[in-house]
Order: sequence, then C-alpha cells, then structure tokens
Amino acid sequence: MEALGLLQWCLDGLLGLGLLWLAWRALACSDLFKAVVLFIAFGLLMALAWVRLEAPDIALAEAAIGAGLTGALLLSALARLRAIQANGTIVIPAQQAAKVQLSRWLAGTILLSAAIGLGYAITSLPPEAAGLSAEVTANLAASGVGNPVTAVLLNFRAYDTLLEMAVLLLALLAVWSLDGLPTAEAAAGPVLDTLARLLTPVLILVAAYLLWVGADAPGGAFQAGSVLGAAGVLLLLAGWRLQPSLAQLPLRLALVAGSGTFVVIALLTLLSTGRLLAFPPAQAGTLILILEAVATVSIGVTLAALFLAAPPGHKEKL
Amino acid sequence: MSTAFFYALVGVGLFCLGLYTLIVQAHLLRKILAFNVMGSGVFLVLVALAKRTEDALPDPVPHAMVITGIVVAVSATALALTLMLKLAKETGKAELAGEGEE
Amino acid sequence: MTASDYLAALLLISGAVFFLAGTLGLLRFPDVYTRLHALTKADNVGLGLVVIGLAIQAESLAAVGKLLLIWLLVLLAGASVSYLVARGALHKGIRLWKR
Repeated sequence: MEALGLLQWCLDGLLGLGLLWLAWRALACSDLFKAVVLFIAFGLLMALAWVRLEAPDIALAEAAIGAGLTGALLLSALARLRAIQANGTIVIPAQQAAKVQLSRWLAGTILLSAAIGLGYAITSLPPEAAGLSAEVTANLAASGVGNPVTAVLLNFRAYDTLLEMAVLLLALLAVWSLDGLPTAEAAAGPVLDTLARLLTPVLILVAAYLLWVGADAPGGAFQAGSVLGAAGVLLLLAGWRLQPSLAQLPLRLALVAGSGTFVVIALLTLLSTGRLLAFPPAQAGTLILILEAVATVSIGVTLAALFLAAPPGHKEKL
Repeated sequence: MSTAFFYALVGVGLFCLGLYTLIVQAHLLRKILAFNVMGSGVFLVLVALAKRTEDALPDPVPHAMVITGIVVAVSATALALTLMLKLAKETGKAELAGEGEE
Repeated sequence: MTASDYLAALLLISGAVFFLAGTLGLLRFPDVYTRLHALTKADNVGLGLVVIGLAIQAESLAAVGKLLLIWLLVLLAGASVSYLVARGALHKGIRLWKR
C-alpha cells in the first residue's frame, strides 16, 4: 500500500527531526529546569524511535532508565544545586567574549565537517548486512531462552553483563565515598504518601512480570530492575528511609548479590567446563533465571541508592 | 534511503550536537546533559545499523550492547551529578575553575 | 479492512484528537493551573479511547487486561501528579490567573 509507506515515512521523518530539534532546544536553553524537562521529553521520544527500529527491549529500558530515572536524578541534582549556591550566573568579561566566540566557531566548523564525514561513511555502508542475527537464531534453542536479546545478554555475551553489574556497583561505591549531600525535599503530603503505598506493590508485581516474561518476549532483568528502582525512588520521595538495622548488612548483601552471584556462577562454569560462562544447554534456562532474578533485585536497589546518593547512616541536613 | 540510514544520520546529528555543547558550554549540568545526548546518538547509530537485515529480525547483539550502554550511562550520570554537587559545595559555583577565563 | 478495523481506526483517531486538544490547552492556556486542567482531562479521555481502540484489535483477553491496567495507572499517576504540581506551584506563590 503506497499510502502506508508514505505515512510511515512521514512518521519517521517527524520523529527524527523532532529528536534533533528537542535535543537542540534542551542543550541551548538558558533556563536549566526547562532544559532538564526538555531532556526528559527527548528521552521519551527516543523510546518511540526504538519502537520504530524494532527494538522493544531497548524501548522499555530507555523509557524507564533513560527518561524516567535520569530525569529524576537530574531534577534532584538541580534542586540540590539551587539549594547550595546563592546565584549561579557567571559574567564573561568583554575582552574574553571574542576569544570564546572564536573557539565556538572553530569547534562548530570542525564538528560540522566531522558530521558530514560520518554521514558519508554511514551512507556508504552496504544497505543489507546480516550481522550476527543468523548465528543467534541458529543457537537460540541451545541458549535456554526464547528472546534473542535476553539470550545475547545473559548467555552469549554474559561476560559483558557481568562487567556491567560491576560498573553499577562501582558507581554506587564512588557516590557513597563522596559522603552524601544535603537534600532539598519538601515534606510529603498525603497524596504522595498514598500514591507510594498504592503503587509500590503494583510496581513490584510489574517488575516480577517483566522478569518472567523476558525469557520469551521483550523484557528482562534490566527493565525489571529499573521498575524496581522507580519504586524505590517513589518511596524515597515520599520520605521513606530504610531502617538503620536493615541498612547495614542486608542492604549491602542486596547490592552485591547481583555481581556476586554472577562471579560465583562464572567460577563454577570455569571449573566444570573449562570455559568462562559457558552454560550447559540443559541447565542454561535455570541459570539464566537465577542470574536475572538476583540481578533485578541488585539493579533496583542500586538505582534507588544512586538516587538517594547518601551512604547509610549519613545525617541529612540542609 | 531506508529508515535504517535515516535514523543513523539522526544519531550522527545528535552526537555532534552533544559534542559541540560539551565543548562550548561551561556549566557542568549542561555538560552532563550533553554527554547523555551524545550517548543517545551513538546508541541510535548502533541500533539503526542493526536494522539492515533483509527480512529477518534485526541483529540482537547491538541491542544487547545498547541496553548495557543505557545502564552504564545512568550510573555515569549519577556519579557525575554527585561530583558536580560536591564541586559546587566546595567552590560555590557549578563550573570548573578557569573555565570562563583562558 | 473489516468493520472492527474501521471502528478501531475511528477510536484511535478520536483519541488522537483529544490529545491534540490537550496539547493546544498546554500551549495556549494562561497559567499552570488551567494548563494542568487541560492536560489531565483531555489526555485521560484520549488515552481511554486509544486503549479501547487497541483492545478491539488485541489478540487475547490478557492483552486487553494489560491495556486497561495501563490506562488505570496513567489515570492514577496523572491525578496525583497534577495535584502535586499544583500544590508546588501554590507554595511557590504562583497566583491563579484572573481575567
């Protein structure tokens, strides 16, 4: 149908141009709050672009993490920044302005030529390229799951996921070692309180569903973990804090469980089969489920802890 | 030009926009926004080029890489924001020392 | 295109019209409170129509259930968030627009 092709072209064109325009407005806006809100909208349009590119797993991850959690982090940081500094204007003296202008023009022209070069390089790529999809489809039955992206993430390239869990943990350790910052949150009213109470069980259920269904349909550990992280952020915003008795060992166990289980299973596979992270096809499905379940909990707790940005036992003061 | 190449070019545009803002703007929060936009541009290029399979499903390996990349980007953003807030608390402004003068 | 396809298309398009009306309200209304009003009213009805249109074309009852759950969650989130935004605006001293 000719009209359908034209309609899809209009949709793609509008989406692509909308992405570029939103990114430009977000980066060039003079008001920081407006810039952050435009960036959140940009993240949501990116989720639509992922759907158009037949990547529903990435769309879920982008909407939850890229737009939602990053937006919450940015807004929280902006509020704390406003609380820290009295005024944030920097005046550039007049004679420096010319030098700044020159460097801007230089950067602009170099980047424009780089963009043209990259565009030429991309369009001269072959229009059809099978990539690795044939190999993945051929080995999918032996991988233990039905969703090819989950198979790649947790079986074929499980080493990357192991390192990624370590990166998350490392980022949290670095944030904790910076010893916390004053928060600038207002007291939660009854609506936010009730919303947090109502939504947290629903979000936990949605996370468990995404985890379970990720074996054969779009979903998986990262999407489920980000929904858990969103539940954690909602609770933190409503004023809930972890009890001090739970904040020492259980919290640290929950944080380390993801990467720890991964390392243990990697060592077991190394000792039993001689190759790192080579799952035997009979047990691959169970192993992947165990890994994903622990990873979901770890990711959710880590993301919520990154939002709070204060080590346990830190006294919050303004 | 197919949809794959169109989105790849949009990704290149986003990357260059982000890099220009990262170089030119002095405020650290804008730099953080800029490198997030750069990351999104790179992910767009990866996934758009993975869609070049003829009739089969798109190549899942770049999809897995991009999911990993999104999670790593959020952890880097969280760390960068905490560093910026620490800097602002110590020096009183959220810009690197010597940024406005040269 | 069967009759149910036409019905679904009609519902989706009317949902989109409601979203357009909500966006027009967001752009043209004079202050925060009226904009919130336009957004929540129009977008909730718009999403409801889109959900019904998609439910007609859904392949199983479970999918219909999930779509309804999404609509309920958006209603809940929209109502609470617009209350929170309005309360925040009131605390910041933004006054209601008087003609």
